[in-house]
Amino acid sequence: MADMVQFDLVCPERSLASGKASEVLIPGSEGELTAGPGHEPMLTTLRPGFLRAEMEGGAQDFVVTHGFVEISAQSVSVIAERAFAAADVARPDLEAILDEARDRMEQAAEDEERHGLERFVADLVHLIDQMD
Amino acid sequence: MPSLKDLKNRIASVKSTRKITKAMQMVAAAKLRRAQDAAEAARPYSERFNAVMASLAASVGGSDTAPRLLAGTGSDQVQLLIVMTAERGLCGGFNSSIVKLARTKANELIKAGKTVKILTVGKKGREQLKRDLGDLMIGHVDLSEVKRIGYDNAQAIAKDVLARFDAGEFDVATIFYAKFQSVIAQVPTAQQIIPAQFETTAEEAGPLYDYEPSEEAILADLLPRGVATQIFAALLENGASEQGARMSAMDNATRNAGDMIDRLTIEFNRSRQAVITNELIEIISGAEAL
Repeated sequence: MADMVQFDLVCPERSLASGKASEVLIPGSEGELTAGPGHEPMLTTLRPGFLRAEMEGGAQDFVVTHGFVEISAQSVSVIAERAFAAADVARPDLEAILDEARDRMEQAAEDEERHGLERFVADLVHLIDQMD
Repeated sequence: MPSLKDLKNRIASVKSTRKITKAMQMVAAAKLRRAQDAAEAARPYSERFNAVMASLAASVGGSDTAPRLLAGTGSDQVQLLIVMTAERGLCGGFNSSIVKLARTKANELIKAGKTVKILTVGKKGREQLKRDLGDLMIGHVDLSEVKRIGYDNAQAIAKDVLARFDAGEFDVATIFYAKFQSVIAQVPTAQQIIPAQFETTAEEAGPLYDYEPSEEAILADLLPRGVATQIFAALLENGASEQGARMSAMDNATRNAGDMIDRLTIEFNRSRQAVITNELIEIISGAEAL
């Protein structure tokens, strides 16, 4: 179909979703963006947040924490380091990631690294708050 | 000439050994299927990841500002060999062939005047390398408690390696593992992970991407993750190879045990027949003497 894109969501251990989607809402590191058919090719990193894909069988929600997205006119590939289907994500999982990031932040020597981690932690806290 | 009783005991013991090897073979077959599924499931991620990295690396790689993980430190004096083997034996030549490849490489490098450091993953490789290259070892990763290799395990190894790289402990890192081809063929492989190398497929230079944030920022973010991805892929390949090697080794052992039982059974029957014949002769000659 012309008004659909190939949507793939993969994480290191398995492929979470693959199919046709009419649009995908992505939590890009520089801001939310929506990718649909005919989007100009772009590559962006992700920040922790909700990712929603309007698939043929209805909307599907996912939670992603880190990774990047490759968007072209016909496809959206989300390559996430950690991703969960929103239905089975549990707070403890995210809180574990949060704790780890906080630890790393405290140890971070370089300012640049710490700023990056601070943003990561803030986004993650926001994400966890949103879940309630 | 062993007695009948000896032979009987011997047959019984070979039979129980055969039962064990047969069971191990079946366990390995089940584990192999799981390991292969895991490797299969992980493939889309690493393929896409590497494709994006390769195109990014191709466009940024030439510049002076390229990250050190990609461009290297400008030297190849200190080499880190990451040798990944199994935690357990009884899997044919699996561990030895990886160790052999790593040892050859280490000796070559030493001969060329380089400094070699070795990081082992898996107990078996460590045991074998300890004998002659023990003083080059800088660390060991124990995965014996890990039931199922996850990305977290790879991340932990990558973190350790990256910390050492940042501390300037080495210039070049290479991983050694066995690529899974089939149940009977596992290919020991050496793969350089730092500085990162990508298969530069000189195909059409994909679509021109918009980058958000900049190309360099994305690359700097991705390169450390690339190390973890490659280590993870290697761990999974290794897992499948180990089970494949164990399966064929145990299959051989089961078959050998069967052959041995056949041989021993024939010998047992012959000896029994000889005993009977002897007794008959004694009875007959006894009767004749009367």
